[in-house]
Amino acid sequence: MTSSAGSPAQEPQAGIRLEEVGRAFGPTVAVSGVSLTLPLHGHLSIIGPSGCGKSTLLNIISGLDDPDEGTVEVLGATTPGDRLRRCAWMPQRDLLLPWRDVLGNAALALENQGMHRKAARSQVTGLVERFGLGSFERKLPHQLSGGMRQRVSFLRTLVAGKEVLLLDEPFGALDSITRADLQFWLRSALLEEPRTTVLVTHDVEEALLLGDEVVVMSARPGRVAARYATSFPAGASRRELLRLAEFTELRDELLARLEEAS
Amino acid sequence: MSPAPGTPGLAPPASPDAKKASARKNARAAARRGTSAWRRVLPPVIVLILIAAIWDLVVHLGHVQDFIFPSIENVFRSLFKNWSGILASATWVTFQEMLYGFAIAIAVAVVLSLAVHSSATLRGAIYPLLIGSQAVPIVVIGPILAIIFGYGISPKLIIVAISCFFPIVVNLVDGLGSVDPDLIKVMRTLDGSRLATLFRVEVPSALPSFFSGLRIAAVYAPIGAVFGEYAGSQNGLGYVLIQATPQLNTDLVFADVLLLTVMSIILFVLLSFLEKVCCPWAGKGRK
Repeated sequence: MTSSAGSPAQEPQAGIRLEEVGRAFGPTVAVSGVSLTLPLHGHLSIIGPSGCGKSTLLNIISGLDDPDEGTVEVLGATTPGDRLRRCAWMPQRDLLLPWRDVLGNAALALENQGMHRKAARSQVTGLVERFGLGSFERKLPHQLSGGMRQRVSFLRTLVAGKEVLLLDEPFGALDSITRADLQFWLRSALLEEPRTTVLVTHDVEEALLLGDEVVVMSARPGRVAARYATSFPAGASRRELLRLAEFTELRDELLARLEEAS
Repeated sequence: MSPAPGTPGLAPPASPDAKKASARKNARAAARRGTSAWRRVLPPVIVLILIAAIWDLVVHLGHVQDFIFPSIENVFRSLFKNWSGILASATWVTFQEMLYGFAIAIAVAVVLSLAVHSSATLRGAIYPLLIGSQAVPIVVIGPILAIIFGYGISPKLIIVAISCFFPIVVNLVDGLGSVDPDLIKVMRTLDGSRLATLFRVEVPSALPSFFSGLRIAAVYAPIGAVFGEYAGSQNGLGYVLIQATPQLNTDLVFADVLLLTVMSIILFVLLSFLEKVCCPWAGKGRK
C-alpha cells in the first residue's frame, strides 16, 4: 500500500504522512491543504498563532478525527481506528485520575489493554523510577505539583507503548521555570525512548528544543507557512543551546515568521 | 537548576517539587484536624438551644395548653413514657421501611442511570417518564398500593423508593456525563474501550455527585415511609401519628416527629461519612 508511490530506497521510512489535508467545522475552515511528512522516530514541532488549527491537526493524525479532504497515513495506517491504535495523545492539562496514585495513573493504558491491575502496576514501577518519580509512586495527583503531574501524564502516554506520541502544548499550563525543566526532561526522555513525536506549542524555544523539524502554521485557515530543520548537539545543556548562534538565528527567524503568519 | 552536561537531568528535579507538595499537605491536614470538628458541631447546637429556649419561653409565658403546643419537657416526657410501649417498635418498623426502600431506590437508580447514560435513545425514552413519575402525587399512589399489596411492608417500600430514586438518578446521570471530554479522548488513545472508560473514569468521577443524590434522597425517605403508613398500616411512626393526632395527644406527635428527624439526620451523616471514605480525593486539588 505504502510503497506504490515514490522510490522507497531514497525516502526514509515514513512515520507520518499528510497530503493536502483539510478540515472544516461548519463554515469555519480549521486547516486546509496541509502536507507534511515525518520520518520514523522524527520529532516535529508545530508552532503557530492561536486558532491556526494545530490541535485539529493532532486530532486528525491521532484518528480521533478524520479529515474532510486529503489523506493521512500513520505508519501505514489510514483508517481512524488503525491510526488510533498507533498514536497516544497528551493534552495540555494533565487530566490524571484523582483517585489513582502515580503508579495507578501510569499503568492505566496497560490495564486498558487487558493486563491485571497488580501486574500493570509492577510493570510500570521501573519506568516510574527511571523517570525520577520513584519516591512518589503512591502519591495521589492532588499531592503533586503541576510539574510532577505533567510528568506522570507524559509517563501514562509513554506506557501505552504507541509508536507515535502527539503532544498538544504539554507544558502550556506550567510556570516558565518548571516548563524549562520539563522541556529538558522530555528531551532526555525521548533520547531514551525514541518515538515519533509531533509537538504542538506556542513557544518558539520549546519548538526548537524538542523538534528536529519545526513547522510554522499560518492563521485561519491553517496552512503550512514555513518549515525548518534543526540540528543542535544532542548532549548540550539548555543554557548551552540557548547561547548557540544557530539557535538564536533560527529563533529570530521563527519569531519573524510567526508575526507574518498571524 | 542546571543539570550537569552529559547527564541530562532525568532524576534531580524531583526534590523541590516534593518539598512543596508535602508542606502544602501538612498545612492542610493540620487545618482539618484541629478546630473544624468543633466548628461543624457547635453552630447547629447553639441554634438548636436557641430555638428550644424560645419555644419553651413562648409556651410558658403564653400559658399555651399542651394539646395545642406542648413544652419541650413534655415532649421528652412523652418520648420516654411511650418509648417501650409504642415508639420503639414503631421506630424500628419505619426504620426498616426507610432503609429497604432506600436500597431499592439506589438499585433502580443505578440501573436507570447507566441505561440513560449509555444510549441517547434510552435517554430520550426513559427520562420524560422519570420526570413524569415525580409529578404523580404520592398521596394518591399510597391508597392504591395499599389496596393492591395490603397493609404489609411492600407498599411502603415502593413509596419510599419512588420518593427517593429521582434525585439519585438526576445526580448520577449528571455525574457520569460531566467527565472532561479531553479525558475521554485520552482514554481512547490509551486503548480504553467504552466499558473501560465507563468503569475506570466515568463511574469513579460520578461518585461524588452520586453521594449528593443519596443525601438528598435520604431526606425524602422518612416522608415516603410516613405517607406509606398513612395509606394503611398496623405499626410505624406514621401509624402512631394518625392515631395520636385526632386524640389530641400532641406531645406524642412531637416526640414521633423528633424520632423521624433524628433518623433522617443519622442517615444523612452516615452517607456523608461514607462519601469521605469512598472518595477521599473529592474536592482536592481542583482549581
